[in-house]
Amino acid sequence: MPDKSAYPIQLIQPDGRRVFDREYAALVADIGPEQLRDLYEDLVVTRRIDIEATALQRQGQLGLWAPMLGQEAAQIGSARALHPDDYAFCSYREHAVAYCRGVHPTELTRLWRGVAHSCWDPHAVNMTNPNIIVGSQGLHATGYAYAAHLEGAEIATIAYFGDGATSQGDLAEALGFAASWSAAVVFFCQNNHWAISSPVRIQSATPIARRAYGYGIPGLQVDGNDVLAVLAVTRQAIARARSGGGPSFIEAITYRIGPHTTADDPTRYRSAAETEEWKRRDPIDRLRKLLERESLWDEAFERRVAAHADEVAHQVRSATIDMPDPAPMELFEHVYATPHPLITQERSEYAQYLAGDPGDAAVHQEGVHS
Amino acid sequence: MITTFAAALNAGLRRALEDDPKVVLMGEDIGHLGGVFRVTDTLQKDFGNNRVVDTPLAESGIIGTAFGMALRGFRPVCEIQFDGFVYPAFDQIVSHVAKIHFRTQGKVIAPLTIRIPFGGGIGSVEHHSESPEAYFAHTAGLRVVTPSNPADAYLMIRQAIALDDPVIFFEPKRRYWDKADVDFAAIDDIPLDRARVCVPGADATVVAYGGTVGTALTAAKIAAEEGHSLEVIDLRSLSPIDFDTIEASVTKTGRLVVVHEAPVFAGLGAEIAARITERCFYHLEAPVLRVGGFDIPYPPAKLEKYHLPDPDRILAAVDRSLAA
Ligand SMILES: Cc1ncc(C[n+]2csc(CCOP(=O)(O)OP(=O)(O)O)c2C)c(N)n1
Repeated sequence: MPDKSAYPIQLIQPDGRRVFDREYAALVADIGPEQLRDLYEDLVVTRRIDIEATALQRQGQLGLWAPMLGQEAAQIGSARALHPDDYAFCSYREHAVAYCRGVHPTELTRLWRGVAHSCWDPHAVNMTNPNIIVGSQGLHATGYAYAAHLEGAEIATIAYFGDGATSQGDLAEALGFAASWSAAVVFFCQNNHWAISSPVRIQSATPIARRAYGYGIPGLQVDGNDVLAVLAVTRQAIARARSGGGPSFIEAITYRIGPHTTADDPTRYRSAAETEEWKRRDPIDRLRKLLERESLWDEAFERRVAAHADEVAHQVRSATIDMPDPAPMELFEHVYATPHPLITQERSEYAQYLAGDPGDAAVHQEGVHS
Repeated sequence: MITTFAAALNAGLRRALEDDPKVVLMGEDIGHLGGVFRVTDTLQKDFGNNRVVDTPLAESGIIGTAFGMALRGFRPVCEIQFDGFVYPAFDQIVSHVAKIHFRTQGKVIAPLTIRIPFGGGIGSVEHHSESPEAYFAHTAGLRVVTPSNPADAYLMIRQAIALDDPVIFFEPKRRYWDKADVDFAAIDDIPLDRARVCVPGADATVVAYGGTVGTALTAAKIAAEEGHSLEVIDLRSLSPIDFDTIEASVTKTGRLVVVHEAPVFAGLGAEIAARITERCFYHLEAPVLRVGGFDIPYPPAKLEKYHLPDPDRILAAVDRSLAA
């Protein structure tokens, strides 16, 4: 993959016209009318899920949610480039990636409702659960890719992270290890311009993609609101990784339209004008304009997509509301994979306590020399 | 003045910035945003970007650079956004910050204050409710403190910053919105490493700190209605621990229950139980008991009410102690 950081790669202009780019257009030459419409449907459905989850949080059904509003193209474009046997390592905002990996939408809210620390079975969809500790997943993706290589498997991994994460030592170490091992990992940075209240310039004095060069890793910038361009560059990076070509770094330039999480108030740190400007670069609008230009748009299609989105949102809502609270004794489940005497003891003491049994171990406590 | 815990800290930080030009605040989102809990609200506006620094998103970086600043005579006050995010900085804290004075035979000090919102009870997602105090209390060279109320918050943050030793300053996040009367002019000057007897009592001693002090006080109220008088001690300092105050109390009551929300195994309760058993062996009427979090990772929000010590579990322990 050549280093092209002078300008972000783009295949669809904001007004919906195609960009003539011989190299990258060729990478998505197979995306015909139906596939374009499918991508559009993905964008609309995942946005609808995100909006529904945000509403569920506002209504007290979720403790927290990290909206991805505005980042749909970066996520759909990259995730649709993955093969089923590739493995995705994510942060906490990759709801659309999870959707593309085959996570059932009704599983997306489990962690955010506070009923468990996980949402789905990672090995069932080859994607990790939301990862709150910023920056750690780059190392995990690199290790996984290396292990796959040791087994002779030709797969790739992709690590999703934000612009803020690039400041973490873990990510620097991941780039070093990946380069040293020629690991089959794609580092996918969604530069959404903000790390909570910190603008991207606090994290980096150079375009983020350029940092990869210092590690001997090719880096490029792509218009993250252009689903076709993201698909093209990620396909290229994935193909490169799968064929033994080593790691790549993609910086998808996009924007977080909403708050960092539902607990955040972005009006405290950024201007409405900035957000409005990015709303005008909306990734869904852009693809819609392309579809219109190419006569792939009609009202029946719009209605069908909207109905699908509503149906999925409805599923998310009812599944979330129906999620039962875990029973107290679930506290002691899965702490260890093998029996552990301390947990066994605490479990039975606590069961007694809950049963109102005033017996000799009435509460979780231990005498020093009783 | 009636003030929240967070506002009292804010006032303490403001005073420290005013009093000493070498005091610098640093951390993620502490500037314009005022921190995710607003503890540093308006301070960047009033003291500028160089005194209240929004750092890159890197905890090892925050502590490592603060350490470098301390070598140059500064007194950095670092904010770690949540307890669960201090671990990337653990190496800097335990290998460098904690050891420099010893390694240099006293020639170098590292007067860092590391502020960490800690503990649960606010319904957060994982990594946002940890109680990592034992890791730090176990590390020689660090002081570890935690205020439990607004007045102490205001007093102790200033004492921590003024101290020539590094201080891990735990802020019980579920108390940030607690309100109390804080007299910003006349504060009684109880030393930073001294525990406080919150309510006197005769039948048993309950030691708590940080977020669980309020829980222990509630338990004492309920116990009083049932005819038992509990003496509640707020530890305030977790390293060193003021064993004299606990000893004096246990000598009087003969019974001790230690409460904390951190897992009990190898926690601070174990240290207190062992020392008090040594010091008060002939006064103790019952074994020292501990009420704490279970020995599990901090559970998801819907389960935390079972995990966190509540008045009932404290009272069950008191009953057991009284029955012994
Ligand atoms: C190690 C660590 N430090 C701090 C935090 C608190 N935190 C959560 S998200 C975030 C900002 C992340 O920004 P970025 O990497 O750009 O990703 P974005 O949220 O914008 O997608 C911060 C500071 C954390 N989760 N983990």
